[in-house]
Amino acid sequence: MAIASSSSQILNNVEAVRETLYEAMKNDDRTVILGEDVGNRGNVFLITKDFIKEFGPERVVDTPIAEASIVGIAVGMAMEGLRPIAEIQFADFIYPAFNQIVGEAAKTRYRSNGEYTCPLVIRTPYGGGVRGALSHSVSIEALFYHVPGLKIVAPSFPADVKGLLNAAIDDPDPVLFLEHKKTYRLIKGEVPSGHYTIPIGKADVKKTGSQLTVVSYGLYVHWALEAANALEQEGMSVEVIDLRSIRPMDRTAILESVRKTRKLLIIHEDNKFGGIGAEISAMVAEEALFELDAPIRRLAAPDVPAMGYALPLEEEYMSSPTEMAETMREMVRF
Amino acid sequence: MAKSEIQVRKTLERHGLSDEQLKAIFRNMLLQRQLDNRGFQLNRQGKVPFALGSEGHEALQAGAAMAFKRGKDILAPYYRDLGLAIGIGLTPYEILLSLFARAEDHNGGRQFPNHYSSKRAGLMSFSSILAAHIPHATGAAYSLKYRKEAGRAVLVTCGDGTTSEGEWHESMNFAAVHKLPMVMLVENNQWAISTPLSLQMAEPNIYKRAEGYGMPGEQFDGFDPIATYDAVHRAMERARSGGGPSLIEGVCYRFLAHSTDDNDMTYRTKDEVSENRKHDPVPRFERVLVDAGVMTAEEVDEMKKSVLRETNEATDKAEAMPYPEASDLYKHVYEGAWEPWQ
Repeated sequence: MAIASSSSQILNNVEAVRETLYEAMKNDDRTVILGEDVGNRGNVFLITKDFIKEFGPERVVDTPIAEASIVGIAVGMAMEGLRPIAEIQFADFIYPAFNQIVGEAAKTRYRSNGEYTCPLVIRTPYGGGVRGALSHSVSIEALFYHVPGLKIVAPSFPADVKGLLNAAIDDPDPVLFLEHKKTYRLIKGEVPSGHYTIPIGKADVKKTGSQLTVVSYGLYVHWALEAANALEQEGMSVEVIDLRSIRPMDRTAILESVRKTRKLLIIHEDNKFGGIGAEISAMVAEEALFELDAPIRRLAAPDVPAMGYALPLEEEYMSSPTEMAETMREMVRF
Repeated sequence: MAKSEIQVRKTLERHGLSDEQLKAIFRNMLLQRQLDNRGFQLNRQGKVPFALGSEGHEALQAGAAMAFKRGKDILAPYYRDLGLAIGIGLTPYEILLSLFARAEDHNGGRQFPNHYSSKRAGLMSFSSILAAHIPHATGAAYSLKYRKEAGRAVLVTCGDGTTSEGEWHESMNFAAVHKLPMVMLVENNQWAISTPLSLQMAEPNIYKRAEGYGMPGEQFDGFDPIATYDAVHRAMERARSGGGPSLIEGVCYRFLAHSTDDNDMTYRTKDEVSENRKHDPVPRFERVLVDAGVMTAEEVDEMKKSVLRETNEATDKAEAMPYPEASDLYKHVYEGAWEPWQ
């Protein structure tokens, strides 16, 4: 982490996003924010509140409700010299923009043999645990991580949010920036002042341990840490890795940890089938199978379309620190 | 309005175009047809796997290209815009490189033929996904307006088929809201591969949608390069001077099948095609120029010969060039070297 200033402050994730966007707007007049309700309303979570007053409606653009063209217009801006930050109000609404992300943004550089590029950030809040029902709680990362040409970032600590959002904004290629909405105000932490970046593709060991490696991202990192700390009281030592970046992914960090603990548990909120955990499992099986002392396990969402609005339907879909602790115990004891 | 209902103008109205410009338009039309034929010939000879033709669009594209300011304007075309591409400065050699998928092609032999891209010419890269490029043009126009670059505009084109896409509508709407310097030129050739206009839209006059978006709309004879130039020129001037976007529609006809992989006789009749061929814009404009004394019959013959010569030379030169290396597959995924696992 390259830190420009020694001072810091305590921010939650909303404030970390807000501060980073504000500095990007201040520092580079090619930066334009566009999306639904980002201007007058200042975003539904108030992330860009009052930006329009300071930077004007040309730079903080309230778009019509049209997700495909929010991303598509941002692609055109990026191809023509601006540095757009497009917002999809909720990740669940990103489906109409799927082609613009997968078919266009991710392929602009490739299809033009490097002649045109697409330096674009698409920010969107995702994830459940907020009674968001079918269409305000999905995880979308697995739908996009199959796509070369795209980068995907999903930090869950305020300092990581700022460093990775800065990296995404500086990046010469399209980055899908995922913000877990339950962590928005729940998670607070120290955030260095000034401009700094965290490289996309680097995981972070949030807790060291010796008997089990847990790989996770998003809200579940916090729950996994809660579970791992509880297990510490029982004399079990669990290492927790926060991926932070999903594409590219940090093989080195995962393998280093797994070779030490010899056991791997992957935890994510997205569906298990075809999820991020499948790719990690395959990679570890290819690279380190005979160094494992237990089968790899994945704790992830069941194979249903979404969590429901009713509390039992949400709770059944999501994991919990208790369930995570139980799985960790089983694996440590294996 | 169907093609047959458009008033055909047989005399020359210059709309400010010089003899040289008129000849350049005609030469572009001849070159389009020659390059079109070449693509289909090379395909039938087994030398290129795929080709797309723009026969029937010659007048429309040559006229529109004449209204494009090189070094200033931006073109966001679609895959049937051979005449626009060469009209704004791409060479026949560049077109042939793309047909042969050679390494030196702008896309490095990655994209289908006719998927032009040239930063030098101000031609935005695009994919085969219809209407996906319309928001890109809109974003580019937003950039021009944002940077207060007066005197520049984006010319974005598509066929009638693309106007059914959601992104087409979204972009028209956004461009109008922000009064962007953009001209939406629809090349209505009556067919979306095999689907006729009647199954694409209940109201066949696409330009009429302009009123709903709150922008000027206009329709013209797309077989007439001067009428096209006039309409595109006025719309581009309006866009360049802060007057906002326009939706203009040239009515033409697709003489060839959709591509070398299509057989149009499975969905339309020979009679329909030959009825439209009677109005073929290439001989029609030739007559107009000769009748008006802009060119002699001998000059026309000489021009046809030079176009054939240029096409032959470009073909031979491009064919002799190497394919991309297999290792080029791995380039330009992102900036710099790349691995999904770090």
